[in-house]
Parts: sequence; structure tokens; C-alpha cells
Amino acid sequence: MTSEEIRKVTGLLLEHLLPTLKVFGFTLLFSVPLGMIVALLKMCKFKPISWLTNVYILIMRGTPLMLQIILVRYLVPMLRINENTPEWLRNILLEINIAGDNYLFNMIIVAFVFNYAAYFAEIFRGGIESIPKGQYEAAYALSMTKTQTFFRIVLPQVIKRIVPASANEVITLVKDTSLANVVAYAEITLVANQQMQYYSSITPLVIAGVFYFVMSFVLTVLFALIEKKLNYYR
Amino acid sequence: MAILEVRNLSKKFDDVQVLKDISFDVNKGEVIAIIGPSGSGKSTLLRCINQFEKADGGEITVCDMDMLVKDSKDRTVFSDAKTLRDIRLKIGLVFQNFNLFPHMTVLGNIIEAPVKVLKTPKAEAVEKAMELLKKMGLSEKANAYPYELSGGQQQRVSIARALALNPEILFFDEPTSALDPELTGQVLKVIKELAEEKMTMVIVTHEMAFARDVADIVVFMDGGYIVEMGTPEKVFGNTENERTKQFLSRYNNDVMSADE
Repeated sequence: MTSEEIRKVTGLLLEHLLPTLKVFGFTLLFSVPLGMIVALLKMCKFKPISWLTNVYILIMRGTPLMLQIILVRYLVPMLRINENTPEWLRNILLEINIAGDNYLFNMIIVAFVFNYAAYFAEIFRGGIESIPKGQYEAAYALSMTKTQTFFRIVLPQVIKRIVPASANEVITLVKDTSLANVVAYAEITLVANQQMQYYSSITPLVIAGVFYFVMSFVLTVLFALIEKKLNYYR
Repeated sequence: MAILEVRNLSKKFDDVQVLKDISFDVNKGEVIAIIGPSGSGKSTLLRCINQFEKADGGEITVCDMDMLVKDSKDRTVFSDAKTLRDIRLKIGLVFQNFNLFPHMTVLGNIIEAPVKVLKTPKAEAVEKAMELLKKMGLSEKANAYPYELSGGQQQRVSIARALALNPEILFFDEPTSALDPELTGQVLKVIKELAEEKMTMVIVTHEMAFARDVADIVVFMDGGYIVEMGTPEKVFGNTENERTKQFLSRYNNDVMSADE
């Protein structure tokens, strides 16, 4: 490829950085809080809830994210054509505008959020359960309420403990956004693939690789800083 | 005036009866030392009074508030969450492993409950905390984190933390068991000073000399029972109970052989 072509491809990929970042950002925005809820549900003392949550986590972690994306993408149109669909479900499905601009993006986010929430939930649960019983007892002995104990005593210590594992997940997410290309979502990998075929050159893929690497690198540095900042106690 | 009343307290872990028919009172200004072999139920007793373990039966009253009562149908009823917090406010608890909050400074540990639970203005809470730290000989450690302190210092901070809520009674659960002899001395000295100020205390301990020295009443427990209860002179000096004799003589032998 000529340097002019490389510049053109780089510009094109740069334009598609936004869709990639959108998947990344929205997934984080929703999967972290949802993960917290899932973690609490899994620790629920009422067994059926804990059990159901576990089934959800097992399925999310036990099947490929790519498969889940495809499934969520085609779930609504596939359900639509079924003649035995009950009235209420049909109404809900008709509400969903599969021709809408945001339909594809929304479905991708749904798939990513539910998948990543399962992973985050397990990280959060591990963090919460690693806090010694003595910390709760000390707080309760000081007459603190359960809510105060969780937010003032437990959560700050959990955050410190889960930073390294969360960093792993977040950095994986940067690269996993490329899976959205499987449903023809125009993000970096999809565009790089098209350009590779157009120019019969692997250079667009290398450039895409550099994009992902830089993003991961920035996040790595960011998390190292966070870890360092939280290192004021042991 | 009885600050703590315990009546017929019993507790089972699975099939093991760890507390059987425990009854005693603690009056204002009294220091009670609870001694006995490991597994005799000493710590479980303290944990039941704080409701970290749920007793199976009996009655517990702290400062005229019922923590555990029998209702008219002879069922054991626990206090509600709000009352339990009110009761725990009257009880200061010092743990064997300190259980300081590692993410807070020494000062942060001490003012946390006064500010968040009692809603004391922060400046006032800090002032009180600094007074307590001075008393503990730790004024210069106010801004240190727990990991920067020795075990003895951490334990003294945890005593200050418990005192910051102005409790009516202080419980110590083997406060020196995690400390070496030198650090043990620092902590015992502080407890002794509190005894001199007429702080009401219940101390579970393996430090026999200390118990003898500081306690008004010594309780000897074995196998979940209170075997003997009396003045230190009686329990240590001329007990007529065979089990107490046996325990104390073994203890004395250990001390002597350790000295050799």
C-alpha cells in the first residue's frame, strides 16, 4: 500500500473508533451496576434466587459471547415469524422497531451487558466474600447499620481488592468489541477486514491492531495508577 | 446497679452444648475476668452477649434493655435490630484480632462511629479521639494507618475506638492472645488504668496473673459451665473446686517450666 492509501485507511478506521468506543463505554456503564446486583442476588440467602442467578452466570460464561451477540440480534425477528406467539408477546415484539436506526446497536449492548455483568458479578462476589467476618463484627459492635457497614467499611475494601481483576475484564472488553462485527456492526475490525480485501493487503489489519493496542495500553496505565492510588493502606 | 444481667444462657453448636445455664451479673464499676481452658465457652459467651452468636435460650439484659427474653409462652425472643444497635452502643467490644478498619487512619477508625452513628459533630469527635489517643500513648499515630502500627498499638487503638462511643461496659475477647509478651504488657497496662478509673469491664483472658491483679470477680469456665465464680483471692488462693485446682496448677506448672 502507498503511504497515501495508508493515511486514507487510518482515517477511515479513526472514523469507526467511535462505534467501537460506544460499545465499550455503554457496556461498562450498564454491566458494572448490573454485575453488582447479580453479585448480591447470588449471595442471597433465599436459595431459589441464588440458584437462578447461578444458572444465568453459568450460561453467560459457558457460551461464546459471539454466539450470544448473534442470538440476541436475531431473537426478535425470529420470534416474530412464529404463528403460535401469544398475543401479549406479539404486542411487545411489535413495539420493537427492528428497522430502527438504533436497533442493531441496542441489541449488541444488551448482549455485551448481560455477558459482562456475569463476569463482573463473580469478581464483585469474590471481593465481597474476601472481606473478613471481623470487619462486619467490628462495625456492628460499633452499632453501625448494615447499610453503613456495607458502604463505609466493606465496599471501599472490596474496590481495592477487585481492581486487578476488573482491569483484566475491562481490557478484554476493548478487544471483545470487535465481536460486534459478526452482526455487521461497522466498528474497527469490520472496516479493517473490508479494507484488507479491497487493497489485498494485511496493512489495514495491522493498523486496526495498533488501535486496539493503544487503547489497551492506555487502560493498563490507568489501572496501574488506580492501583497505586489505592495502595495507601494494606 | 447491674449493667449486665445474664440468666440461664445456653447455646448449642450442632450437637455440642457450648454454654450451659450461664448466669451472672456485672455491676457498675466491676471488673470481671473470665478464665478457663480453650473451648470452655468463654469467647462464645461474649459473642452471645453481643449477639454475634444467637443463644438458644436464657435471658440477657444490658442497661435495662432486653436483648434476649422469654415471652409469655416461654419462647426465646431476640431484640429487634434497632434495640440491638442501642444495646451495642452501651457495649464496647475489643477483639482478639483488633479488627481495625484498614482503609481508615487511626483517627478515622475512632471517629467513624461517633460521627456516623451518634451524629457527633466531626470537630467534637476528633477532639475526643485525640484525648483518647493521648491516654493510650498514641497521640503521634493519629494519621497513621493500622498496618503501620505494632499489634500492641493496634489493640490500643481498638480500645480507644470502643471508648469513643462512651460505652457503659467494655468487653475484651482475649485482647492479648495475638500479641507477644512485650506488647501484651502495653495493652494490659491500659486495661489496668481503665479499671482504676472504675470502667465496667468483662475480660476473657489467659493472663492469670493479670486476672488476679485487676479483677473484682473471677469466673472460671469449663465445658460450657461456670464452674466457679468469686473473688481472685478465693479462686486463685484457696479454691476447693478440684477442676479449678487442676486448671490453675497446670497453668502454674507451664509458667514455671517456661521460666526455666
